[in-house]
Amino acid sequence: MNDAIVLSTLRKTIVMKSLLSMAFAAAACAAPADAAEYASLPGGVFASVLPADANSADVKVAAFRLRREPVTNAEFLAFVRAHADWRRDRTASVFAEPRYLAHWAAADALGADAKPDQPVTQVSWFAAQAFCASEGARLPSWSEWEFAAAADTTRTDARSDPAWRAAILNWYAKPSTQPLANTGGIANLYGVRNLHGLVWEWVDDFNALLVASDSRDQNDPDRLRFCGAGALNLRDRDNYAVLMRIAMLSSLKAANTTTNLGFRCAKDGAGEGR
Amino acid sequence: MKILANLRIAIAALAFLITTHVAATEPRAAADALSGDSIYRLDLALVDQDGRGLVLREWRGGPVLIAMFYTSCPYMCPLIVESIKRTEHALDDNARARLHVVLVTFDSARDTPLVLKTAAEKRHIDLTRWTLARAEPAGVRRLAAVLDVQYRALPDGGFNHSGVMTLLDADGGIVARTDKLGEVDPEFLAAVQKATATAH
Repeated sequence: MNDAIVLSTLRKTIVMKSLLSMAFAAAACAAPADAAEYASLPGGVFASVLPADANSADVKVAAFRLRREPVTNAEFLAFVRAHADWRRDRTASVFAEPRYLAHWAAADALGADAKPDQPVTQVSWFAAQAFCASEGARLPSWSEWEFAAAADTTRTDARSDPAWRAAILNWYAKPSTQPLANTGGIANLYGVRNLHGLVWEWVDDFNALLVASDSRDQNDPDRLRFCGAGALNLRDRDNYAVLMRIAMLSSLKAANTTTNLGFRCAKDGAGEGR
Repeated sequence: MKILANLRIAIAALAFLITTHVAATEPRAAADALSGDSIYRLDLALVDQDGRGLVLREWRGGPVLIAMFYTSCPYMCPLIVESIKRTEHALDDNARARLHVVLVTFDSARDTPLVLKTAAEKRHIDLTRWTLARAEPAGVRRLAAVLDVQYRALPDGGFNHSGVMTLLDADGGIVARTDKLGEVDPEFLAAVQKATATAH
């Protein structure tokens, strides 16, 4: 549990910087673009924190499109109105736990605790999948999400920059009781916003990440639990910013919802716009 | 006052009954009265080892032991198959006859019906009681999600995955699950015995 200790120390030292950078981000907020706009990302060979196999092979990410912003309450409300099966009072518990959209005022109304331009949260993986399918899209894979989120405003891969890591850890250190900001803000190199600093996001293969407490050691002997190459070897163990996200996603079940977990959608190919 | 109090209780009880009734008759009527937690609500198209198209709720009406595997799996999957066999061998003949075993492959690309059939024969699987099936990758991901099975494709075509057996009741509700493989898990066996004890 050294990780936890290091992390908590990190958190304490960076809280002040966090407040500063958040204030900066708020001031620099641009108006959100067309809500369902997709950015084109080139893909490529990518050094994922989760290596493709036990030999730390790079991950190949094909060209894809990614929603520029997370799905908002307003967008999800429109979806629920068009697909009544996904109203919170009609969705089967196997697909979404009782907390699903519980912060909305009603099954078909947002109310004071769910502003239209805030990212939708308290949605299950199944609900997120259904939303994306409704606009001809899908959830991004972890690799796609990680690829997009590795970029900052000028670099395709800023992950080794201590400032990049610190900014994300700052966000993790922020109490989750505060109201969520609206979507929007500074776009990264690809024109994608809010990958960090607003909400956690579902990925399609959230149940593929396999980070259990038993699988963090390089020479994991616990091969009974996993087939094939055994437990994963995590590359770049110092990258808590990314590893924490993997740990969080791995702990979820598909019907789970949380107050700071939302999603955005992705599409295949490099086509422009929608 | 006492009458009023009784009336209140009666009204409360009535309200409760109405509420529970409404909750029980939720929409998605196509699933005809499946409970909210039934995995048979998953609209999953499968193809079995004989190339027949099936849906998951095909097996509604009796207890089902379901697990995920893939045929070229060197280590874990034979262990899953062996564990299921051991569990069913611990049942009496009548109970065993009532249990259907469903194995769904992770490997949509390579586990064709023929490959599944060959694997079944090689492992002396009784296909009158077992079904080996494949689904499209998105369906596999959804099934794994409801069964809380973790898996990940590897570059060599294999998969990392957790080994889980799940017992479903006649309506697709999850009754028991275990990740203890190899030896028979006594708790899981007890659940299977209970589920197969009476005809459904």
